Amino acid sequence: MSSQPLQASNMEQLLEGIWKQNPVFVMALGMCPALAVTVSAFNALGMGLATTFVLICSCTLISMLRRFIPREVRIATYIVIIATFVTLVDYLIQAVSLALYEALGAFIQLIVVNCIILGRAEAHAAKNPPFSAMVNALGMGIGFTIGLFALGSVREILGAGKLFGISLFGDQFQPWVVMVLPPGGFFVLGLWLLFFAWLAKRKEAQHGA
Amino acid sequence: MEHETLGQIFIITVLSSNFVLAMFLGLCPFLGVSGKLETAVPMGIATSFVMLVASLCSYALNQLLTHFDLEFLRLIAYIAVIASAVQLVEMVMKKFSPALFRALGIYLPLITTNCAVLGVALFQTARGYDLGQAVAFSLGGGVGFSLALILMAGVRERLNLSNLPGVMHGTALSLMLAGLLSLAFMGFGGIGVAR
Repeated sequence: MSSQPLQASNMEQLLEGIWKQNPVFVMALGMCPALAVTVSAFNALGMGLATTFVLICSCTLISMLRRFIPREVRIATYIVIIATFVTLVDYLIQAVSLALYEALGAFIQLIVVNCIILGRAEAHAAKNPPFSAMVNALGMGIGFTIGLFALGSVREILGAGKLFGISLFGDQFQPWVVMVLPPGGFFVLGLWLLFFAWLAKRKEAQHGA
Repeated sequence: MEHETLGQIFIITVLSSNFVLAMFLGLCPFLGVSGKLETAVPMGIATSFVMLVASLCSYALNQLLTHFDLEFLRLIAYIAVIASAVQLVEMVMKKFSPALFRALGIYLPLITTNCAVLGVALFQTARGYDLGQAVAFSLGGGVGFSLALILMAGVRERLNLSNLPGVMHGTALSLMLAGLLSLAFMGFGGIGVAR
């Protein structure tokens, strides 16, 4: 009887990160990697998974250590923990897929300063038991990956006429090159945010009526 | 990269590969504090200063770590050094120039998590810049960041006075604006590489 509401709340927490508080589309956090690496769907997915891994590991560890970390130095401690896992991921990607490593470049190491991770650590993991922190981090990670994938696939389809490197429209297609260049990143993310703002507005109007 | 002169590195980093508009570094403060010119200017100056300090520190640190074969500690060392550099700058500023300290306020500590600062340190290591090049690179990065921030603040101040559909308010429109600015900066593409 007691497990029922607990499970419901865990599920809710998972969904919160994926949909209601999606880090990319709703909270507009972690935008530097979101824009810089999403020139193709493959890069976007790789970056999303790397960030998810760091997010889950560091949030779980921080949550386990939450009673031992003095309040005064907590931010410094979090950053060192996060940096450790990022170094791990950095070497892991280099070993598994050199192509991905070269495509992402310094942005793998820049996961350290991704505000989503420090934000989750401070807002959730520092106050909750490990399992809850892990679920929350997983939700946020999936939400971030979905956001990156949405950006990356749109940019790759419009800018190169491909998805995951497979040509979609044949030889006649004239690629819209600006979409894989920096301005395209801003435009596509802006349009996605606009779409979500419009959805929220419409829902609000329906509830009001 | 060896044959680039210091001036070329500086100009390229300010204009054609601007930190914010071409390399997407430091977007959070770029979107967060570009609402008004009064906040954009001090933020730009403070970030540029920290970038310079971070660049010098990380250059020295990289030499030290390479000497002892400890490259895998680089990331952790950099982030720790940047955090303490920000703290140090904060303390020095409070002691010698309280007016400036008050003007910058909360923005100073937040610079630690600005990816443009860590970006300077990481990119200069990845490209193997020497000390002079690193200084030119970090100065260019700082000036470029300030330039983007101030331009954006100027445009957004005008935008506040115009009549917009409700959904357009907020981050979505700022991103569209940034896209247009970025498009404009792409026009600088050829600058600095001419021999």
